[in-house]
Amino acid sequence: MNIDGVRNGIVLDHISAGKSMKIYELLGLDKVKSCVAIIQNVKSEKYGFKDIIKVDEVIDLDFDVLGYVDSNITVNIVKDGKLEKKHHMALPEHLKGVIQCKNPRCITSVEQEIVHEFRLVDREKGVYRCIYCDAEHIVK
Amino acid sequence: MEIRNLINITDLSVEEINSLINTADDIVAHPEAYEDICRHKKLATLFFEPSTRTRLSFEAAMLELGGSVLGFSSANSSSAAKGESVSDTVRTVGCYADIIAMRHPKEGAPIVAARRAGVPIINAGDGGHFHPTQTLTDLLTIKRKFGRLNGLTIGLCGDLKFGRTVHSLIEAMLRYENIRFVLISPEELQVPDYIKESMDKAGVDWTETSSLDDAMPQLDVLYMTRIQKERFFNEEDYVRLKDSYILTPEKMRLAGENMIVMHPLPRVNEISVEVDDDPRACYFFQALCGKHIRMALILFLLGIKRQ
Repeated sequence: MNIDGVRNGIVLDHISAGKSMKIYELLGLDKVKSCVAIIQNVKSEKYGFKDIIKVDEVIDLDFDVLGYVDSNITVNIVKDGKLEKKHHMALPEHLKGVIQCKNPRCITSVEQEIVHEFRLVDREKGVYRCIYCDAEHIVK
Repeated sequence: MEIRNLINITDLSVEEINSLINTADDIVAHPEAYEDICRHKKLATLFFEPSTRTRLSFEAAMLELGGSVLGFSSANSSSAAKGESVSDTVRTVGCYADIIAMRHPKEGAPIVAARRAGVPIINAGDGGHFHPTQTLTDLLTIKRKFGRLNGLTIGLCGDLKFGRTVHSLIEAMLRYENIRFVLISPEELQVPDYIKESMDKAGVDWTETSSLDDAMPQLDVLYMTRIQKERFFNEEDYVRLKDSYILTPEKMRLAGENMIVMHPLPRVNEISVEVDDDPRACYFFQALCGKHIRMALILFLLGIKRQ
């Protein structure tokens, strides 16, 4: 299958196979007016299989969301057909409005307008804690 | 001036805690110097969850400093019953009072409050999470009894899972040297992992046991806690665990002669009343310390110093 290269835009590479649709939704790519290609199950030397998303426009991306959902992703910014910048994702130190605290004793469980916030406490194990109640959330 | 809050005991540096302890002792030594020091200042006590000791202790503290108090003692008697958010309540009360002491059943509620109040917020207990003024009380009690806050073996007994006083006391004592913890609880009520992580990170020596008898001879401080009915979703679990540990004169014979028994109170049956007459029982002395340290804290957060 052939899909054209991006001339001015973004290529999200090394997405874990099967996660591309989730990323498409979380980044709100359905609202982008230009051409968006989702390529699933591409053969990869490093990971076996991977997904790729190509966007034919440079848009603002929430790197925190990307890093949380899949820290393997690389974001390539392409300008005039050339790679201008490459970003490697990592678990972000803070997550705001990305995951929900599940502790029924947490203030966020009763006050809907509070934005759920987490801080990273163990990068190796992928452990986050709610900034309000310290409830644990482990990245799967 | 930047607004200071007390949400977690770690919001205060060791130097600041030492300074609060010194102020508390100065209040006892020179009460006349403090009797009018907070004139025209108002403390609001917003208690969304019932409490006797903590609320009255805060109110007594402010009254002894010459200030006045306002507030409510249950969510039912506040606009929370109408569905008002914590943010809106404290933002409003911040227009009337100079400082707010707040207890709320939900964990993290004081953090939300501190963002909106515009005046200092004191966390007077948020669910099973933190209770920093109880910790300050405990530190003052230990300091007054031992003359130091380092080189102590502290046994914590009872509900170590939901017991917020326990969590805050551990967090506080981690910063002092040569502290050892003996954690005495049934398996279901052991301290949460994040507290264990903190102890490991600080390099503190800690052990877990379910036997109070085995732990007794090693301890300088025995900190008893109540198994709290309100923290359980399941009545069956509460009934099964509520009588896990009962401190009796027989058990006290296993302890050293200088060990002290502390309890944040109220107690139910975890310390038998016969222990009250033992000179090592110091939980009512602890309640007195609570008023002194809250006086010192109010002064600190309001930025008021003795002339």
